Amino acid sequence: MTRMKVNDVLGSLGLGILAILVVVAIFAPQIAPYDPHHTYKRMERPSSEHLLGTNDIGNDILSEVIYGTRVSLFIAFMVSITAITIGTSLGLIAGYSGGVAEFMIMRIVDIFLTIPRLVLIIVIAAFMPRSIWNLIAVFIIFGWVMTARIVRSEVLTLRNQYYVESARMLGGSNLYILWRHILPNVIPLVVVQFIMEAGHVIVAEAGLSFLGLGDPVARSWGTTFHYAFECPTLYTSDVWMWWMLPPGLCIVATVLGFTFVGYALEERLNPKLKTVVGMEI
Amino acid sequence: MIMRISDLKTNFPTPDGIVRAVDTIDLSIRDTETFGLIGETGCGKTVLGLTIMRLLHPAATMEGEIIYKGKNLLEASEAEMRTIRGREIAIILQNPTTSLNPVMRVGEQIAEAIRLHQGLNKKDAAAKAVEMLDAVRIPSPSQRANEYPHEFSGGMKQRVMIAMGLACNPSFIIADEPTKGLDVTIKAQIVELMKEMTERKAMLLITHDLSVARELCDRIALMYAGELVEYAPLKGIFESPLHPYTRGFLGSLPERGLVPIPGMSPSLIDFPDGCRFHPRCEHATEVCRREHPELVEFNAGHFVRCHHARS
Repeated sequence: MTRMKVNDVLGSLGLGILAILVVVAIFAPQIAPYDPHHTYKRMERPSSEHLLGTNDIGNDILSEVIYGTRVSLFIAFMVSITAITIGTSLGLIAGYSGGVAEFMIMRIVDIFLTIPRLVLIIVIAAFMPRSIWNLIAVFIIFGWVMTARIVRSEVLTLRNQYYVESARMLGGSNLYILWRHILPNVIPLVVVQFIMEAGHVIVAEAGLSFLGLGDPVARSWGTTFHYAFECPTLYTSDVWMWWMLPPGLCIVATVLGFTFVGYALEERLNPKLKTVVGMEI
Repeated sequence: MIMRISDLKTNFPTPDGIVRAVDTIDLSIRDTETFGLIGETGCGKTVLGLTIMRLLHPAATMEGEIIYKGKNLLEASEAEMRTIRGREIAIILQNPTTSLNPVMRVGEQIAEAIRLHQGLNKKDAAAKAVEMLDAVRIPSPSQRANEYPHEFSGGMKQRVMIAMGLACNPSFIIADEPTKGLDVTIKAQIVELMKEMTERKAMLLITHDLSVARELCDRIALMYAGELVEYAPLKGIFESPLHPYTRGFLGSLPERGLVPIPGMSPSLIDFPDGCRFHPRCEHATEVCRREHPELVEFNAGHFVRCHHARS
């Protein structure tokens, strides 16, 4: 089997996982058996009534995990779309215009890159009111940096292409050239960045929520994790199996889904990797 | 007279000194003539073309005048230049392989020029693009318009470049080595096509290929180290060349024995004193080393820059 095929299989698998998650997120109210905020008897073991039991305040854990899909994916997509758009725009401006704008943007990028991302996010999140909008804002602040850098370096080579010069000779304005000739050529890179960023955000958001910095009302998988972890009998009994494992598996599956799709796309879209792909392994 | 260039100087400041790529050039191009600009690589001929289009690096400085249809292009704003580029003055580039956007259909790239200037809608521009492909004799043009550049051969890509350049019916064309890298039969076809398509237009043909120039040009100028050394009607250049450089260039043609001109063209930063060609000239004398010759009219319409022009 060639590597290309392995990647195709993994890519389809990733796409499948993501598709399921998106469906679950959209139709959460129809799929979830109960309202995740409604309280039942506390700390129930799994039964036909509550497939994953209930938590310390009596919420149905399965419903909580299903609604958590919504929160986790919503944060991931919001952050990715905004951060990648900002990063792409700044990368285009920096790479194409050069001069002062490039200098300023790239120095800001350098500063952001030297800061350990997760640590600073934790510090900032700790001082902000707990809400998913604040979480999204914090992730966006750090999410655009890598994209800006990658897009800029691609634009640097693209802007010297003869067809860009040719468009200018036909009377195209800078904005026109950016939009028609440069942007379509960086889109493949941007798509991969988008997928990768979404994967990062899922993990980072789970991490922050696990530390208790998430939104206590809109409970993501990380939040469920956090409350499970605070339960004193978590390890002394088998509660962890239905309280902690399901959201954990969801996080792993989502990240794998994004990663698989990201790699498969990257290999498809990057001609440099493609030559390797043709080899038998 | 569609374009008059007078006293044109284009300089590039570099860490090693000022590169004088175009140095005091005077020439005028008539309404429907093809004017050949010939010279070795690095003599400044492409820079002259880019100066006319005002597409040089921002650091470059330009002096003199380029009067196009009564308007000095060196004083035109960037917005004015954008309406001139492609619409009035078009460039046909060398390197057709890299001059086409690989992710854009060929028809779209031709339509692009049309839409930028003529405000046609997408459909009409696409139809015009197919028409242009047909005009440059691409077989089954409506189907080809939907293909990508990698599906075209080198000669066909050059045809597409010509179609792009001529799409808006410009009155002045700058063709920069349009036959570079094409094999002989394809080259002949492209030359034939260009001859036909530019019959009623003014064209500045930039090339180092004398055989192409002979086919297309009405007048020819030879450029050496940033300045013109001789210019004359086609016949004058080929039959009674006056400048040793011109004679050397003609001698390097295959049918004339493929004799190379000795030496290298000088750096554009540090010219030799006196005549810029004297270190490579077999007729050079004391005066050539000392005095920089002026461009003088030797016969009617035949200008030369040489102290020993009568020899």
